[in-house]
Amino acid sequence: MTGRRYSEPGDRILSRDPVSVRRYAGFTRLNHWFTATTLILLALSGFALFDPSLYWLSSLFGGGQATRWVHPFIGIALFVSFMILFVQLVRHNLFRREDAVWARNIGAVVKGDEDRLPELGKYNLGQKFVFWAMFWLIVVLIATGFMIWYQFFPEIVSVDTRRIALMVHSIAAVLTILTLILHVFAAIWTRGTLSAMTTGTVSGGWAFRHHRKWLRELAGRQRTDPAE
Amino acid sequence: MTIAPNVDSPRTATANPPVQPAQGNLGQAAVVRSSAGGPVAENPTALTPVAKLIDVSKCIGCKACQSACVEWNDTHPGVEENVGVYENPHDLTPDMFTLMRFAEYDNPETGDFEWLIRKDGCMHCADPGCLTACPAPGAIVQYSNGIVDFIHENCIGCGYCVSGCPFDIPRISQVDHRSYKCTLCSDRVAVGQGPACAKACPTHAITFGTKDDMTALAAERVEDLKSRGYDNAGLYDPQGVGGTHVMYVLHHADKPGIYNDLPEDPQIAGVVENWKGPTKTVGLAAIGLAALGSVAMGLFSRVAVEPEDERHAEDLVDRAAAIPGGEGSGEGKDA
Amino acid sequence: MTNSWTDIKNTDLVVVMGGNAAEAHPCGFKWVTEAKHHRGAKLIVVDPRFTRTASVSDYYAPIRPGTDIVFLMALIRHMIENDKVQWDYVRNYTNAAYIVRDDFGWSDGLFSGYDEEKRDYDKKSWDYVIGDDGFAVTDPTLENPRCVWQLLRAHVDAYTPELVERVCGTPADRFLKVAEMIGECSSPTKTMTSMYALGWTQHSKGAQNIRGMAMLQLILGNIGVRGGGMNALRGHSNIQGLTDIGLMSNLIPGYLNIPTEQEPDWATYMKSRAFKPLRPGQTSYWQNYPKFMVSFMKSMWGDAATVENDWAYHYLPKLDVPAYDVLRIFEMMDQGRCNIYFCQGFNGLLAFPDRGKVTRALSKLKLLVTIDPLETETSRFWENHGEHNDVDPAAIQTEVLQLPSSCFAEDEGALVNSGRWLQWHWPGAEPPGEAKLDTWIMAQVFLRVRDLYLKEGGVFPDPIVNLTWDYADANEPTPEELAKEMNGRALSDLSDPADPSKTLVKAGQQVLNFSQLRDDGSTACGCWIYSGSWNENGNNMARRDNSDPDSTGAFANWTWSWPLNRRILYNRASSDLDGNPWDDSRRLVWWDGAKWTGYDVPDIAPTAKPGEVGPFIMNQEGVSRLFSRGLMRDGPFPTHMEPFESPMANVFNPAMRGNPVARVFESDVARLGDSAEFPFVATSYRLTEHFHYWTKHNAVNAALQPEFFVEISEQLAAEKGIAKGGRVRVWSKRGEVWAKALVTKRIKPLICDGKPVHVVGIPLHWGFVGAARKGWGPNSLTPFIGDANVETPEFKAFLVNIEPAAGEAVS
Repeated sequence: MTGRRYSEPGDRILSRDPVSVRRYAGFTRLNHWFTATTLILLALSGFALFDPSLYWLSSLFGGGQATRWVHPFIGIALFVSFMILFVQLVRHNLFRREDAVWARNIGAVVKGDEDRLPELGKYNLGQKFVFWAMFWLIVVLIATGFMIWYQFFPEIVSVDTRRIALMVHSIAAVLTILTLILHVFAAIWTRGTLSAMTTGTVSGGWAFRHHRKWLRELAGRQRTDPAE
Repeated sequence: MTIAPNVDSPRTATANPPVQPAQGNLGQAAVVRSSAGGPVAENPTALTPVAKLIDVSKCIGCKACQSACVEWNDTHPGVEENVGVYENPHDLTPDMFTLMRFAEYDNPETGDFEWLIRKDGCMHCADPGCLTACPAPGAIVQYSNGIVDFIHENCIGCGYCVSGCPFDIPRISQVDHRSYKCTLCSDRVAVGQGPACAKACPTHAITFGTKDDMTALAAERVEDLKSRGYDNAGLYDPQGVGGTHVMYVLHHADKPGIYNDLPEDPQIAGVVENWKGPTKTVGLAAIGLAALGSVAMGLFSRVAVEPEDERHAEDLVDRAAAIPGGEGSGEGKDA
Repeated sequence: MTNSWTDIKNTDLVVVMGGNAAEAHPCGFKWVTEAKHHRGAKLIVVDPRFTRTASVSDYYAPIRPGTDIVFLMALIRHMIENDKVQWDYVRNYTNAAYIVRDDFGWSDGLFSGYDEEKRDYDKKSWDYVIGDDGFAVTDPTLENPRCVWQLLRAHVDAYTPELVERVCGTPADRFLKVAEMIGECSSPTKTMTSMYALGWTQHSKGAQNIRGMAMLQLILGNIGVRGGGMNALRGHSNIQGLTDIGLMSNLIPGYLNIPTEQEPDWATYMKSRAFKPLRPGQTSYWQNYPKFMVSFMKSMWGDAATVENDWAYHYLPKLDVPAYDVLRIFEMMDQGRCNIYFCQGFNGLLAFPDRGKVTRALSKLKLLVTIDPLETETSRFWENHGEHNDVDPAAIQTEVLQLPSSCFAEDEGALVNSGRWLQWHWPGAEPPGEAKLDTWIMAQVFLRVRDLYLKEGGVFPDPIVNLTWDYADANEPTPEELAKEMNGRALSDLSDPADPSKTLVKAGQQVLNFSQLRDDGSTACGCWIYSGSWNENGNNMARRDNSDPDSTGAFANWTWSWPLNRRILYNRASSDLDGNPWDDSRRLVWWDGAKWTGYDVPDIAPTAKPGEVGPFIMNQEGVSRLFSRGLMRDGPFPTHMEPFESPMANVFNPAMRGNPVARVFESDVARLGDSAEFPFVATSYRLTEHFHYWTKHNAVNAALQPEFFVEISEQLAAEKGIAKGGRVRVWSKRGEVWAKALVTKRIKPLICDGKPVHVVGIPLHWGFVGAARKGWGPNSLTPFIGDANVETPEFKAFLVNIEPAAGEAVS
């Protein structure tokens, strides 16, 4: 039996004319959107506590006290949800040799000149960057989050450490939101991407253009897949 | 002696307060700073800056201030256990806004033992770290007489003030999740009375009046202490926080740390300043720019899948279907 | 207090020894702060512990509990050796020049006349040589070897700084520094005040501790002057009033005496109270004793007290023993000789020594009545509280009646403060629940007892049925009625002695003060020293004028002070023999050429010429006493006596245990421990956060000092393996307690006789009822031993052992 190098077990060709490819299973999509929702809620509640000009956002959560109370719990939900997502996606987000070539030709990426880029597996380096950036930022946010979660962990660290934690948490949150923007932008800018997370499928052309190795592997596995 | 009714702030805590009904003068009209962009008075009532002077050399550690504070503020500190110290409760709490701290000090210079007793509590900084750190508009205000007050209905209980405070003073209640600290008895001062602790202090170790008067009194006390051999006696009115409206007379002003870690040079921590300053500005700017940039770039460019990509894909899939162990399988062997 | 709280601001040096003013009297201590701030006064603290008073002191010296006399006699020796004596004062205002009988002497720690069998002195030899003229013989040059001054000099000779170091454990250099600072106050323009309290009284020789300091103050010329004095800080609000009003078992109001069995009739009683002057021309004010006594009898029994029946003298009980003090009462209770006990306003189970014995004694009563605003341990002595009160209720048959009474803030009347000020106060609240005023309770008891006597007669009903009880509401005498009764009134018109045609006081009117009292039955006065407090001018105790002309600290129109609104006793001594103030900046009372005048009520007849009449008008000598004749049971001079439980033998006489004439009952001797078994010296004390056993009922006070602890040095903690905050067991020959350990640098081991002595500090305040955590009082450990003169229990020096304790308190 041939192994998988560029694809997940659930990835497969769904139809051949036109080609339609299963990119994300239902659970993964649910997981993603749950994570996304928590992240948005965290951003909104976090913004309310971050800057007075955005304090009005706290009314979305029922006021300042409620916002302060709910934010860390959403954070835990995000963390758990993201970690499940992480476990599912981490294998194909590891760095590969072709990523370096891709990175060297980042100009071509921006121009949409894919011919100058190497063939890629399920993710390109940009996607991997988002993945790892989110991972590390969320780890930092959860760690510093506990340090500043005054209601339940007032004594967990010293005041000095808590002050640093507060700043690190803020910076990490800003970077997370920047990463989120990048992620959303890339998904929209790269037409045909959104369906991967909505219907779970992408067109063959999208796969051919952006993740050819992935498509090749799935194409080659067409007959063996059902036996899996 | 009774306080003259036309004086904006009480000049002492020991005089009898005015007896005629008084309108409190520490309302919104006297607010000069308010946390997180909370409302400040446009033309704030100009009140004389006040101060509480704590003369450590007169303090006998009797805790009358603590009980007066509890009585006036109607708090209910719990009956804890003895853990081998005189501090009870063992720390400031949401129910104990002031605390006598006891330090046993063997003075290496004189060879004498000293028992240094310091009343801990909010220092009412001119530049309050709590107010700087607070994210809730109007939860922390500063009045024109210098009193820094917590407006509890605006407090969200995040604890940022705890981190912002260079003196480790505010405490968050686990009951109503609001932050508590000494108010300098703003509700008493507003109607011409001195703080309850100063009123109760039997030895006048705690005095209250205008900041100028208290500074002058401190100078007198420092002179007396110097005459008794305390060459380094001095006033603790740390300028790192712009001065404070609670000040100490210390026999060893050169070593505030021996008084149960009174900070040598307190200031709002650099990280707190950075967090509430550049981080906020730069962070929000970056997010804003990124969002705008994305929209702009999205408007002017895109990466789209061409029809030929679809054809290529079909070809690829078809070919692979036709060739057993076809395309893609070769490289899959190492999987 | 000879002076007043407010007068302390006038001092140059405050010596706190035998007390802990800042902690136990924080409000009064403000005047020390005032003196320090505005006069540059210095504060010295001598105490086994570095107290909160010491924390604001200028100089501190440690001392082993129970060795104060050595320290004080050494101070006197230092003053004499270094010429730090206010000579004019000593020569003219003390009995330094008086010649003492040849048979008086001291050796081996004992004065002449000791009878070991009776454990008492024959005090005959402790007296002056009386000349043929009936007056005491004096030698104004002070050179006669038998004069008081030379005898004192010889007596204190043994008390060297080295002896202080050896016995008190006070390093000699510390002692000498204290002596040097005190010595400066021998100047007529420098004064020192002594502030003391139970740290001196609660010893088997407590009265002698105080004598020691009083003598030092006389030598320095500090009695009767502003900023000076012997200032006893009373530990209870109104405990001064308690002693004034005669709640001592051997006193009746105004420090008059209850007769003894040796005084079966009026004539005999009065004969020993003639108080003839011992020097020509002296006042000897106690000569007026008959006026006060007759007026007292008239106030008690009115028309039933007549000249014919010797003012109803036969109504008065006659003491068969010197006093029925609490120790004796509990001893009798323990022997089954006391069946009914009224316990009003105190908490005996925790306040009296040797709690085991107290519990045993209470268990033998038929009836115990407690009258208290609070739940007391005494009223619950029969209730099992686990280790905190391990008794078997089934085995105790005592019936206990708890009568809830009002507290001080709920009633009206005067509280007498340490400075003898009678300060009237008004109720701030209604007594809660079924609580009643003490006066109502006492009236009900009296009326019912009287009814029984009226109905059933009895062996001797007269004193009860004839007691004056003419209050508007017999059920509840009002504070006003009682106060006026104490002030006294004329029963018939009083004519002016100077001009008999004039009437001084009309019948029924209040007397102006005790100078108007008569011994012919025409006046009634419940408490002569209070006479003047509520006269025809009204209630002087209610005055609230806080003006103080020239800031002397007198506050003469603030309330009222006994006697005669005098704020400083012996104040005539503030001026020299010619009547000019010693210190012009601290004028108090002086001779203006025709009469005495000043800021205070002169403590001398207004026209008594200076030089003729001595300033100490209450004494037969007209001067103060460095040698107290036979007035104290344990010696005319203080001599060092170890506590009954001590880590070292008496250096003067190793065979002598404690005070040879102290109050000791046979049954308690076996309950004394020795230093082999109990190597550590314990002392007990109060903390600022609490007041006795009251405030543990208050949640705020309980929060500020929640749990029973003992204080030990770091060295003792290390030796015994005791951790800070750890639980320890402390036990004496009489009992055991468990406490938290407060390990501190404030107690340091003392080196006495070459060996380290560890002090264990045991605060009181905890029991088994109230808001604070359950604990014990030091009286579980302390010996049933009393002072030789006033029977105050020895709470301040005893022996214990200590060890770490496993486990936590149960129950």
